[in-house]
Amino acid sequence: MSAGVAIETAGLGKRYGRTWALRDCSLAIPGGHVVGLVGPNGAGKTTLLSLAVGLATPTTGQVRVAGGMPAGSAAALDAVAFVAQEAALYRNLSVADMVRVGRSLNRRWDTGRVQARLAELGIPLKKKVGALSGGQRSQVALTLALAKRPELLILDEPLAALDPVARHDFMAALMAAVSEDGVSVVFSSHVVAELERVCDYVVVVHDGRIQVSGEVEELVAGHHVLTGPAEQADVVAQRFPVVRDRRAFAQAHLLVRAADPSAAPPGWQRQSVGLEELVLAYMREPSASVLPGPKSAPGEQVAC
Amino acid sequence: MDVDKDGSPSPIEFRLDPGSGVPTYLQLVQQVEQALRLGYLRQGDQLPRVKDVVAGLAINPNTVLKAYRELEHRGLVAGRRGIGTFVEGTLDRVGLREQTALHKSMLAWMRTASEAGLDEDGMAALFTAALHDLRQGRDGRTDEGDGGGRTGVVA
Repeated sequence: MSAGVAIETAGLGKRYGRTWALRDCSLAIPGGHVVGLVGPNGAGKTTLLSLAVGLATPTTGQVRVAGGMPAGSAAALDAVAFVAQEAALYRNLSVADMVRVGRSLNRRWDTGRVQARLAELGIPLKKKVGALSGGQRSQVALTLALAKRPELLILDEPLAALDPVARHDFMAALMAAVSEDGVSVVFSSHVVAELERVCDYVVVVHDGRIQVSGEVEELVAGHHVLTGPAEQADVVAQRFPVVRDRRAFAQAHLLVRAADPSAAPPGWQRQSVGLEELVLAYMREPSASVLPGPKSAPGEQVAC
Repeated sequence: MDVDKDGSPSPIEFRLDPGSGVPTYLQLVQQVEQALRLGYLRQGDQLPRVKDVVAGLAINPNTVLKAYRELEHRGLVAGRRGIGTFVEGTLDRVGLREQTALHKSMLAWMRTASEAGLDEDGMAALFTAALHDLRQGRDGRTDEGDGGGRTGVVA
């Protein structure tokens, strides 16, 4: 289901009281990706996801999901599945009852698939949801979300409450669903280290604004660390946009946005960067924010 | 959730080294090549199915597809639609006995190097430099005698 966009926003903003949780957000995330949405606490990740799911209504602008349907519309609700923070389920219900609730609340529902998955995971149907381990509970939430065979699956901090083993198992199950169903996935996380294995697209939010949005491969190929003598650092900084600038009196490391930094002075060494280093650098340096190539809506200025 | 080992049609299984700094897809490529060299994989064998790799390692399926495309590009495997990816080509295999012998002589070299005062990083740097010379020699430029000059860089 890689056709079209997963989430598309134009001038999207959300205000709670006097505070803008999200502002001027214009994004076009293509379908068929596993998208990591990262940013510090309170940056607006949950707000953005709630708007995409249709749990909140925009103050300004609009959101379209799963190939252009307005968020929250009946068609979008069929096509989009959501797993809220801490896998919000009714703790007093048994797993079987929770499945029944899911079936009656959704128009699309594959009971056989739910039963097969739960059996494979060894999760007893009679057990109360509240009595399951955190890992099991998150797997139940994922199973319920996948039961409607969504085109887009949105997860808010799915890893936050899980121990390392449960995290790995959850991500494995999620990636298996991606490979089997071709479902697009957008999930928020502040576990930056785990993004690299999983995400092929990343969006960084800072202070209610989109700071970075792009394919991981392009982002990584489009940035380099240049290392050389500190007295030449200013020259280098004039030639390339600098994301992170670290200097001592003799040596400087500049993380620059440049696919081919061959214009660096002779003697400067270049190294490639990993996604984690890159994302952290942007998160630390919100003022140096550059927006590497989101294919934005025409006429829409996205740079912050 | 454990992958059913009996259900896997492939003789090999991937593992990831997160600290290696080598991109994930390249790790998969290298492991297939290594398995070919060591004889774990032979012509006609199937590579692990994408969904099994993904479920086992918790990585993005596109990463596995990229690795398999790269292997295909190198002429080592071929994808059969709807069935899987299979080994087509071969790499020069080194017999187990030769490998043991090479391992032994390498160990002897390392002891000599250690006695000469070289630490692990120094040995690795020297090895990399020699490998570089070997590659250049293979490309037609015969400057293998240059290797001694590089030690200065290492120390």
